[in-house]
Amino acid sequence: MSAASEFERNFRARRRARLTASATGGALLLVGLLVSAWVSEAYPASLAAGMPRVGEYFSKLLPDLRLGVLFADTKTAGSLSYWMYRADSWLWLLFETSQIAALATLGGAGLAFLLCFPAAENLAPNRAVYLVCRRFLELFRSVPDIVYALILVWTFGVGPLAGILAIGLHTVGALGKLFAEVVENADMGPWEGVQSTGGNWMQCVRYAIVPQVLPNFLSYVLIRFEINVRGATVIGFVGAGGIGQELYQVISFSYYQEISAIVVLIVLSVSTIDLVSEKLRSLAIGRVV
Amino acid sequence: MMVARSITQDDIARAKARMPRAFGPTLRGRMLRGCGLALFLVWFFTLCWWFEITPARLERGLSGLFVILRQMFPPSPGAQWEDILHGLAQSVAMAFLGTFVAAVIAMPLGFLGARNVVVNALAHFSLRRVFDGFRGMDQLIWALAFVRAVGLGPLAGVLAIMAAEICVLAKLFAEAIENADPRQPEAVMAAGGSRLLAIRFGLLPQVLPVLLAQTLYAFESNTRSAAILGVVGAGGIGLQIAERIKVRYWDEVSFIIILILVTVAVIDQISARVRKRLITP
Repeated sequence: MSAASEFERNFRARRRARLTASATGGALLLVGLLVSAWVSEAYPASLAAGMPRVGEYFSKLLPDLRLGVLFADTKTAGSLSYWMYRADSWLWLLFETSQIAALATLGGAGLAFLLCFPAAENLAPNRAVYLVCRRFLELFRSVPDIVYALILVWTFGVGPLAGILAIGLHTVGALGKLFAEVVENADMGPWEGVQSTGGNWMQCVRYAIVPQVLPNFLSYVLIRFEINVRGATVIGFVGAGGIGQELYQVISFSYYQEISAIVVLIVLSVSTIDLVSEKLRSLAIGRVV
Repeated sequence: MMVARSITQDDIARAKARMPRAFGPTLRGRMLRGCGLALFLVWFFTLCWWFEITPARLERGLSGLFVILRQMFPPSPGAQWEDILHGLAQSVAMAFLGTFVAAVIAMPLGFLGARNVVVNALAHFSLRRVFDGFRGMDQLIWALAFVRAVGLGPLAGVLAIMAAEICVLAKLFAEAIENADPRQPEAVMAAGGSRLLAIRFGLLPQVLPVLLAQTLYAFESNTRSAAILGVVGAGGIGLQIAERIKVRYWDEVSFIIILILVTVAVIDQISARVRKRLITP
C-alpha cells in the first residue's frame, strides 16, 4: 500500500471520528437546551408574549430628555435635573451603600486575616487545624450574601447592620481562601530566619510572612471591596440597607424615570469606585515592601 | 590580630545617625501613623453611630442567630421536598439557558470590542466602556426589572442571567481575542483571504477553546447566582428558600442551603471535566 493511500485512509478515519464527536456533543447540547427551556418555562408562546413586553418596559425606562431644555431647572420636564430630581437623597443612599461595603470588607478582611495563617498548609501548626480552618472558610464562602442577609434581617432587624454582617460573612470566606493561597506561596526563608533567632509562631508570622504578603492582601481587599459595592447595591432588596431598598420600591411601583435615574447613578458610582480602586491596587502592588 | 571589643554607646549612636529607619519608625512616621489611626477610629465610630451598631443590638442579634442555628439542625427536607427539587432543577436550567444565549450574543460583541478586529480605536473603546458600565448592574437588579416586565417565574430569571452575562462575557471574549497570536490571521490575509476569512480561519480556531472555557466558568458562577434570583421572584430555588425563611422553617432552610452547596459542587466538577476535554482535544 502506498504512503499516500494510507494517509488518505487515516485522514478519513480521523475526520469521521471528529464528526461523530461533534455530532454527539451538538446533540447533547441541543437536548440540554431543550430540557432547560422546558424546565425554566421558556416556552415559545411565553417568549412570544414576553418579548414585546420586555421591549415596552425597557423603552419606558429611557429618560425623557429633550435637547432644548437639557440644562434647565428641576421644574421643566425633559431636563437632566428633572430626571434626577432626587439626586441628592439618592447620592446620599449610594454613599451609605459604599460605607456598608467598606465596613463589611474591613470586618471580613480582618477575620480572614486571622484565619488565613492557620489555613495555609505551610504554616498550620498541624493538619487538623489546617483542615478545620479551610472547611470553615469554605462554609462561609459558599453561602451567597443575600441568603445571609435574609436570615440576619430576622435577628438584627431591618437596616444596614444586617447587610454589613451578611456581606462581611461572605467576605471572610472569599478573602480567607485567597489570603491563605498567598501565604502558601510566600518565601519560607525569612520564616526559618526568625525561627532560628528564637521567635515563636506569632513572631514568625508577624516578621517573616506578613511583610511579604501584605501588598497582595491589600490588592485582594480592594478587589473584594469593588465586588462588595455591587453586592451592597442589591442587599437592600431584602431590607438590609443601602440604595437597594429605594430601588426595590421604585421598581415595584413602576416609577420608570426614577428607575433609570437610580440605575445610572449606581453604574456611574460603581465604575468610579472601580477606577479609584484600580489605581490604588497598582500602587499597592508596585510598592513591594 | 583582631582585638575583640564590645559595642559602645558611641557605636550605637553612630549607627542610629547613619540608618535611622533600622531602629524603628521615625518620629514623623509615628505621628503619621497616629493620625491615620485616629482618622480611622473617627470614621469607624461615626459609621457605628450612623448605622446604629451598638453592643446591645449586636448581642441581641447574635443570641437570636444562635436560636436559629440550633433550629437549623438537623436539616430536614420537609413535606414539600418535591417543590424544592423542582426549584433546584429550575435554577440549573435557568443558568444553563441564560449562559448559552448570553455566550451566543456575546461572541460577535466580543469580536467587535477587540482591538485587533475593529481597528477604529473610538469604536472599540466606547463599546468596551458600555460593557464595563453594564457590568456595574447586579444580576438581581436585572431580575427585578424582568419580573416586572414578563411576570413572576423562571423566564425572568433566564432573561436576567442573560442580560447580566452578555456584558461580562463580551468583555472577557474581547480580551481573549486581543491576546490571540496575530501571525495566523496575517498568514490568511497573505494567502489572499479577506478580513472576514482571516477572522474565521486565523482567529476563531485560536480563541474558541478559551471562549468555551470562559463560558463554562460563567455557567458555574451563574448556577450560584441562579440560586438566589428567586428571592425577588425570578424562579428557582431562591423562591423556596425565601418562602421558608418567611415562615421560619429553619430546618428546611438549612436543608436547601446544603442542597445548593452540593449541586454547585457537582456542577463545578462536571464543568471542569468538560472544560478539560474541550481544551485538550
